[in-house]
Amino acid sequence: MLEIMEGSHAVAEAVGYCRPQVIAAYPITPQTHIVEALADMAANCKIDAEYITVESEFSALSACLGASAAGSRVYSATTSQGLALMFEVCFNCAGMRLPVVMSIVNRALGAPLSIWNDQQDSISLRDSGWLQLYAEDNQEATDLHYLAYRVAEDHRILLPAFVCFDGFILSHTYEPVDMLTQEQVDGFLPPFRPYQKLDAADPISFGLFASPDYYMEFRYAIDQAMNRARTVIPEAGKVFSEMFGRDYSGLVEEYRLDDADCAIVAMGSICGTVKDAIDDMRNEGKKVGLLKLRAFRPFPVNEVQKALKGVSTVAVLDKNISLGSKGAVALEVRDALYGTQIPVHDFIIALGGRDVRKKDIAAVVAHAEAGKGDTYYGLREEVLK
Amino acid sequence: MNDEAACVLFDSGHRACGGCAAAMAARLILDAAGKDTIVVSSTGCMEVFSTPYPETAWNVPWIHSLFENNSAVASGIVASLAKQGRKEKVIALGGDGATFDIGMLCLSGAFERGHDFTYICYDNEAYMNTGIQRSGATPYDASTTTSPAGSCSSGNPRPKKDLPAILAAHGAPYVATTSIAYPPDLKKKVEKAVRTPGPCYIQIHAPCCTGWGFEGEKSIAIGKLAIETGLFVLYEMENGVVTRVKKVVRKPVEEYLIEQKRFRHLFKPRRNEAEIAKIQAIADRNAEKFGIDIKLKK
Repeated sequence: MLEIMEGSHAVAEAVGYCRPQVIAAYPITPQTHIVEALADMAANCKIDAEYITVESEFSALSACLGASAAGSRVYSATTSQGLALMFEVCFNCAGMRLPVVMSIVNRALGAPLSIWNDQQDSISLRDSGWLQLYAEDNQEATDLHYLAYRVAEDHRILLPAFVCFDGFILSHTYEPVDMLTQEQVDGFLPPFRPYQKLDAADPISFGLFASPDYYMEFRYAIDQAMNRARTVIPEAGKVFSEMFGRDYSGLVEEYRLDDADCAIVAMGSICGTVKDAIDDMRNEGKKVGLLKLRAFRPFPVNEVQKALKGVSTVAVLDKNISLGSKGAVALEVRDALYGTQIPVHDFIIALGGRDVRKKDIAAVVAHAEAGKGDTYYGLREEVLK
Repeated sequence: MNDEAACVLFDSGHRACGGCAAAMAARLILDAAGKDTIVVSSTGCMEVFSTPYPETAWNVPWIHSLFENNSAVASGIVASLAKQGRKEKVIALGGDGATFDIGMLCLSGAFERGHDFTYICYDNEAYMNTGIQRSGATPYDASTTTSPAGSCSSGNPRPKKDLPAILAAHGAPYVATTSIAYPPDLKKKVEKAVRTPGPCYIQIHAPCCTGWGFEGEKSIAIGKLAIETGLFVLYEMENGVVTRVKKVVRKPVEEYLIEQKRFRHLFKPRRNEAEIAKIQAIADRNAEKFGIDIKLKK
């Protein structure tokens, strides 16, 4: 049933339907509405979860790690500085193969302090071994949580997962969302079945140290699980589509890309604006399409190659910057297209919440077609003086 | 202390130094706590010497995550067990660096929230795993690699942090100090802690032959001297009140100091009377504060 809901509340409700047994989170803007809603649900017995009010994000994820190792389905949510504080634990969760699911309400990283949206936070954890899914709208933000738990806990994967959606732009926006029921979610997401757990009846040791004789093989095994996720995510997405009619069977989604000359590549809420801009440009006879990345980790190399095969120009919108290099998405796209003659133009855009309008997308396309990429879009020259 | 069950729960074959008090502590802790115990270890000597992949010395469920998060990991485990209706006891185990310094935030948070677990610090008074650097538990004037005695330094310039008092101030129902030199005392206190609902804290004085500079066979003797000189006091606090103290016929601190390389600069090349007197004053204050002195009848 369609309901008009705030993004955060829709996500909180979806998380509740996933039946997490332990929730540990620390409040941080713009994630707060999610954890407040979950605390309220726990206080009114609408969810059967232990809610741990930790003293920091570092402890939030550490508590999730412990609870997951003890055999519980766990949940946390954070953003920006909070995610940065979790950095060490993030690598640990992945290394210990614990399927923690965490919402990342994307926000810029300081300094300067900014509470507004870009994707620098989750992008900066790209090498940590977490699956990374990005939502375009609140519908997708809710649905990806069901998907994330199912994939993360799959014994072929056993990796933690970020469900990323843009702070304020989605988290604080009211949109129609088709919420599943508890029965529907139960039909899609089986109860958590840990691969192994801390148990006095069957004592095992978690988190041993590895000498140079063993370390590389552990890292390789994580990478192999990431590779398997390239098929397990679409497989779960296909089941979801068949059950509920919304199609998440692709690691990427194409929009009017079939005959496009210029392809825009983007992730997250900006894709909505891009689609509208594309419709306008199409009306003017310009053949522009969108390749939306739903998964950033694993990176959908084959899908990107296939989708961009016929285009003559690629414009990547990066809401992040690997300082001293390029935007992270463009680097990946360029790598995927290595050996082809397709030019990939990178545009660093919308950092720290700077608004992006349809005319900005049209301008980006014009720049890309003129071969003027690898630049920041929309810098205010008067501020730089 | 060579109880068969204990040897089974913390097994032989680990890589600790000969005479390692931390290894003795692990054995005694599990002897007291029993097999239905989940142990959460911090990064440190204990973790490294007991779990080189693919081997483990632990025959109870054991987890190591990071240096500073064992209390937070324990919080999550306690919550998970509660949700599952499971009854295992949870012990978080860390060295003094993990406990006094880098893990203080997680420790404080977990105690304030009141999780039902026992935190045990094996206190060897410096960062031993990384090569004997000072911590907040290093005693006054001890020479470490980051507080070396030198021509214008007599070693660590600060006294030991009073962590038991800090944790008691969190409302912990049971806080105790003990030493590997007194195995029955150690086991009794661990048993009491794991039995007591809520967050309990035990600090085990654990002499480190490598870090303190003495022969491995002297670990117990050195441990006893720390207590007998009044430089480390064995006591219990229940709900913030000291309820039991081990009394001693006190020996001069010099008898403890002179046995250890970390205090050698106080005696060689010449005796540093002023500094030895300051350390004696620390012991005297401990004795007065806790009332440890046994008055001998003349």
